[in-house]
Amino acid sequence: MKLKGWKELTPGAVVTEPGSSKKFKTGSWRAFKPKWIEENCIQCLFCWIYCPDMAVKVKDGKRGEFDYDYCKGCGICALECPGKKGNKAIVMEEEGK
Amino acid sequence: MPKIVAVTGNEAVAEALRQVDPDVCAAYPITPQTDIMQRFSSFASNCKVKTEMILVESEHSAMSACVGASAAGGRVITATSSQGLALMWEILWIASGDRLPIVMPLVNRALSAPINIHGDHSDGMGARDCGWIQLWSENAQESYDNTIQAFRIAEHMDIRLPAMVCLDGFIISHSINRMEYLEDEKVKNFVGDFKQLNPLLNIEKPVSYGPLILTDYYMEYRKAHEHVMSKVPGVVMQVADEFEKMTGRKYGLFETYRLEDAEVGIVVLNSAAGTTKDVIDDFRAKGIKAGLLKPRLYRPFPYAQVGEALKHLKAVCVLDRADAFGGSFGPLFMDIASSLYIQDKKPLMFNRIYGLGGRDYMPDQAELVLNELAETVKTGKVKSVKEYIGVRE
Repeated sequence: MKLKGWKELTPGAVVTEPGSSKKFKTGSWRAFKPKWIEENCIQCLFCWIYCPDMAVKVKDGKRGEFDYDYCKGCGICALECPGKKGNKAIVMEEEGK
Repeated sequence: MPKIVAVTGNEAVAEALRQVDPDVCAAYPITPQTDIMQRFSSFASNCKVKTEMILVESEHSAMSACVGASAAGGRVITATSSQGLALMWEILWIASGDRLPIVMPLVNRALSAPINIHGDHSDGMGARDCGWIQLWSENAQESYDNTIQAFRIAEHMDIRLPAMVCLDGFIISHSINRMEYLEDEKVKNFVGDFKQLNPLLNIEKPVSYGPLILTDYYMEYRKAHEHVMSKVPGVVMQVADEFEKMTGRKYGLFETYRLEDAEVGIVVLNSAAGTTKDVIDDFRAKGIKAGLLKPRLYRPFPYAQVGEALKHLKAVCVLDRADAFGGSFGPLFMDIASSLYIQDKKPLMFNRIYGLGGRDYMPDQAELVLNELAETVKTGKVKSVKEYIGVRE
């Protein structure tokens, strides 16, 4: 995306397009990456509720893959995940490994 | 017909605010400003204005409430002094960065410690680079006129920046001056209606204020701010011309007094200019060609124009009612030095710090400075670049 020059900006950095924060992809901030282990998932959707961004995709009431464009790697989903029989459905892995 | 009155500077500013009748006012009391807001809040209580007064617990909250109200779409005012301005400091940058045209009289007072309530420019100087417009005023009339003009300048569609109107604590704020009030209708017509560019309360067109701007855009926003500041002097002149047509009172970016044919000059802000002009007349009578320059638009500082106005002098003394500790010189001196730096030919210059904490600036101090200027011209040498005057050894 071509960045705007200083003459093209809205005065006072006012955002005039509602919902445009979805264009602000923050995935590159991540140092730890959540990994979804489907066989341990009970579809409780805690991860979707607790995710402070929009990194957990849900379709037809079912949890799908992570949207890594918005995952900052905070680890809340992994912490809250109850898993199945003591096995977490979300684990955090170091980026770059 | 304008009404001739004998009022204090604070009374005059409160009257201007009543005549403008802004939408929202959030303020917190602090000497010597308290008197403005005390008067203004009684206007509000007695239905003389329709302004919504917001009770706040500090100046930090006062300025924060102003930011919210201005972003929401209102014409917003507050007023403060000294420690109050210091406490607002964080939010001053938000008001200017968000381009909110808040108008704030600043009744100049010394900063603590040691605690002192009197006239001194340390407060305004501390906030000179926070992206606000600053207009400085010599007396009650100028404080009143600048307050009215500040709305037009701040709210100009090319500008949209907050503005401070500075007047000297006690010396002007609490002394009775003879001055002229304009008719209410004239002031109302002059300032006109306020329309926020992107009001938060317009639910038809939702907007967000204060987004996170990181390395990719922050510098572009700062450049845009610097650019809009450069347009302020033009707007100040345009508003001053209209104001002159209405009142006959002429304003510029700065005032000059007997400067055109002068050999030596004094640069001084606010109330001390009056005393200085009297002493200049005495020296003129003695055959010493002295003049004065009194900045009015101090931020943005009109460097080029000030430099042009001073470059023909042989010697200049800049009087500062504030020191900039560790910056070597007083703040006004540094700006005047910068103005002359870009000129090929420049006068000999020195800086004298006077009147801190409300110490009286007396004619003998102006005489001392003018004699030293004459001596400097004679010897071609500056004896000492920076000194305090009117201080005990």
